Amino acid sequence: MTTLQVRGLHHAYGPTPVLEGVHLDVPAGRIVALVGPSGCGKTTLLHLCAGLLAPQQGTIEQPFAPAALMFQQPRLLPWMSTLDNIALGLKAQGLGRAERHRRATEAALALELPAPSLAQFPAELSGGMQSRAALARALVLAPRLLLMDEPFGALDVGLRGQLHQLLLARQAAQGMAVLLITHDLMEAVRLADTVLVMAAAPGRIVARYAPPGAALARGDALVYRCAAELQQHPQVRAAFGLPGPAQEDMDGLDDTPTHGHWQPVAPAAHPAAARPSCG
Amino acid sequence: MKLLWRLLRGTPAYLWSGWGAGASLLLFVALWELGAGWYGPLILPDPLATFATLQGLIQSGAAWPELAVTARRALLGLLLAAGAGSALGLLAGLSMTASMMARPWVTLLLGMPPIAWLVLAMLWFGAGDGTPVFTVFVACLPVVFIGALQGTRTLDHHLKDMARAYRLPWRMRLCDLYLPHVAAYLFPAWITALGSSWKVAVMAELLATSDGVGAALAVTRSHLDTSASLAWICAVVGSLLVLEYALLEPVKRELERWRRAGA
Repeated sequence: MTTLQVRGLHHAYGPTPVLEGVHLDVPAGRIVALVGPSGCGKTTLLHLCAGLLAPQQGTIEQPFAPAALMFQQPRLLPWMSTLDNIALGLKAQGLGRAERHRRATEAALALELPAPSLAQFPAELSGGMQSRAALARALVLAPRLLLMDEPFGALDVGLRGQLHQLLLARQAAQGMAVLLITHDLMEAVRLADTVLVMAAAPGRIVARYAPPGAALARGDALVYRCAAELQQHPQVRAAFGLPGPAQEDMDGLDDTPTHGHWQPVAPAAHPAAARPSCG
Repeated sequence: MKLLWRLLRGTPAYLWSGWGAGASLLLFVALWELGAGWYGPLILPDPLATFATLQGLIQSGAAWPELAVTARRALLGLLLAAGAGSALGLLAGLSMTASMMARPWVTLLLGMPPIAWLVLAMLWFGAGDGTPVFTVFVACLPVVFIGALQGTRTLDHHLKDMARAYRLPWRMRLCDLYLPHVAAYLFPAWITALGSSWKVAVMAELLATSDGVGAALAVTRSHLDTSASLAWICAVVGSLLVLEYALLEPVKRELERWRRAGA
């Protein structure tokens, strides 16, 4: 099976190590979420996977083509109409104007961008619309691998929920692999088949969590409980710098078992450790 | 077609926005009138007398050929400087080393007085078109170069990463990424260079050639004809204003339409 494989990845900016011994697999058709505190090297890891940085030590095998990257900010070109921004990747592939506009319009409408907004400049769109346009720019390439860097961080709960559903539907239909970076446990639990927990200084994967069932079938209540459960793990609390396990916080919560699967990753991690399995 | 329609639709508003500029120009003319009343016509002829002399020059057919010669030299030098300066500035901006190396050169070139270049040019090129064109070129080159360099250096690295992630080929990077951003720095540089190109061309002609506005100014000076001198100056400044506001400014507005979006 086609799989993005990261093996023994070390990376440093000058003398400061950012990533240490990172192993991870993203197989075709799966969504893997990396959660961790700000500054733990998540973005560096994603940029390494996207080929924007060259690995210093370790290997990254990225067999998916095409791959698309969605950044933390929309990063639309301010001097191009929204439609041209969405079609940017298609233009880079050398597609003709009429054809790329047709596909870009289709992708935009599928993400519920209103048709009149396509002729406008990005600055005239709201933040939510800009995020949709950025997502459309990535999805219009029909990527086999989608790399996402906290893509919905700046959106309100409603918009984020909508885009989550659109993304999951699209992922289910096309079977693409997704590597998603987030610091929001709830977002990770809602979207991912496998959640990898990262700790900072230096960035490393400390645990794996597999939320129960298929992402599309998870209801809100289950997602809340899984996120709460995940947040109780000492490693997660340590990674995010939260004070020790707080049992009393859990008392008021519904304690029906979630059937999520938790597995710590030893410091001397081996390739198998980060391989996803269903909980 | 859409472009033409937009230009036509924008014209009345653009002309209307000229009232402020017109009023401030008229205020300048009023101050000039005041000065003329103070010093008398031998030192400073009043605006009306100057404009009458200018009209006389135009009607006698003396003005156009001289203006055309000066315009040819100024614009040729400017065009060469804008082409070379923009391209070199962009290239230098792409490389950290090149931009660091280029900075002292630019300071050197900007600090060198045009009159010094003129003397050298007279030695090298003699009394033909070469002298004013070369002097204009060297005077304008560093201005345009530094504009292009700064524009290229200030492009948001987030957008550069995006361009790499989406595998934009080099032509797209140039046309869709760098040029639209660099234009915001290039246009003011070109406009500054346009102004200095005319000044330097007239200066070069005054000393080095027998035709053009500069040479005509030399003649009026030897005749102590202040009002003709001022008439020539008005002709040069007038053509400069027309070039900037009828040509460069509308082009700039069209290219930078996106800046006003969402503001």
